[in-house]
Amino acid sequence: MSLYDQIAEVLQKGQVAEVQRLVKEALDQGLKSEGILNEGLLKGMMDIGDRWKRNEAFVPEVLIAARAMNGGMEVLEKALADEDVKPKGTVVMGTVKGDLHDIGKNLVVMMMKGAGYKVIDLGVDIPAEKFVEAAEAHQADVVCMSALLTTTMPYIKTVVDEFENKGVREKYAIMAGGAPVTEEYVKEVGGDFYTKDAVSAADKLAEIIN
Amino acid sequence: MIIVGEKINTSLKGVTEAVKNRDVAFIQQRAIEQVENGADYIDVNCGTLVNEEVEALPWLVETVQQAVDKPCCIDSPNPKAIEAALKVHKGKAMVNSITAEENRYSEIVPLVKEYKSGIVALVMNDECGISEDAAKRIEIGVGLIDRLNKDGIPIEDIYIDPLIQPISTASDMGIVSLETIKGIKTTYPEVHFMCGLSNVSFGLPKRGLLNRTFLVLCMMAGLDGAILDPGNKQMMAMISAAKALLNKDEYTMNYLQAFRSGLLEV
Repeated sequence: MSLYDQIAEVLQKGQVAEVQRLVKEALDQGLKSEGILNEGLLKGMMDIGDRWKRNEAFVPEVLIAARAMNGGMEVLEKALADEDVKPKGTVVMGTVKGDLHDIGKNLVVMMMKGAGYKVIDLGVDIPAEKFVEAAEAHQADVVCMSALLTTTMPYIKTVVDEFENKGVREKYAIMAGGAPVTEEYVKEVGGDFYTKDAVSAADKLAEIIN
Repeated sequence: MIIVGEKINTSLKGVTEAVKNRDVAFIQQRAIEQVENGADYIDVNCGTLVNEEVEALPWLVETVQQAVDKPCCIDSPNPKAIEAALKVHKGKAMVNSITAEENRYSEIVPLVKEYKSGIVALVMNDECGISEDAAKRIEIGVGLIDRLNKDGIPIEDIYIDPLIQPISTASDMGIVSLETIKGIKTTYPEVHFMCGLSNVSFGLPKRGLLNRTFLVLCMMAGLDGAILDPGNKQMMAMISAAKALLNKDEYTMNYLQAFRSGLLEV
């Protein structure tokens, strides 16, 4: 089994120390950091994401895999910077104002990071201005938001409108999700994309950013 | 054990259409079934119909109470919709819910007082939102009971929701809820509890098994109410058994009655 495959495999078992050891070993062997990232760490996250989608893996397993991914990234980061490997794109993410539910949002962030994107996670209860500020400051490609309540869902429109008012709407793709949110709703309030779960949200980025 | 039947909620399949079309037969059928299966209250929630909630919620209360002789659990964060529903409600309603968040508290308390309803109180406030720490939740819960009581609401009308969260994303969330129930019960033995259970099993397989097991653990900690589907026979049988075991069922009469009615064959 190649070192890449081994990294992908132990990552899915959530073994942080073992992932880190293998990443070091790969670097010592002179393998390129970009390869270790794409064929090893990201491949492992993609595999577990697929199994999650098929109900073969479950949330806690995805979480420990993501933790192992982060562990591997710590070792890899310097080499990535030296080789000047850029993230695939930048995403600004937050749960809308009035809403404190972050479990689903955190899963989405994890899968997006696991797919190789830079994610600026603003947290929960985020006012519209903050979304615009962060998108501008980080030169984001995509702005994502979640709302878990029927009472906070209308705030998606407030955020979209804020982008319009500031005259920067066309610079960003806007994606939204959360329990009560539907594709029709996002379109109706002027957003661009809706996805129903964390894996599809990360997959969608690939379509949007290329 | 106080059972609130959860099946009249527009986030469930078919209910949105039924409410939009004011389908009396559909709603009454759901109410009757839930009462036959052991519901003490019928939850009415049409929160997804944001624009017509103020008209739809009282319609639901009237429609339900024409069919069954049970109170409703009026489930909405919107004070206008709650008030409209309380106006037409017969008997002692339960309002779901209030929190220690300043705005929500001050909007809803006057309604609870005026209509002498029960009130479900979530252990969260402006400062920490939903705390992940049991001690903090207990502090918020006890503070909320003190304040409600001072504002004229009897303690036995208060139903504390300990906020059940998934064990899949933080393994200690089951324990946090159990400790919250226990802690609040120690200070206020006469207060009631009310919560949905299914959140505990989010992200895991065989959710029914986790939900049932958790219910029993919660009952041991002092939980005496739950929002659930009374048509879930395994869950209801588990409640019968747990009540008998916890001495909430004198001479196990209810357990035996459930047995004779075939309700334990699950």
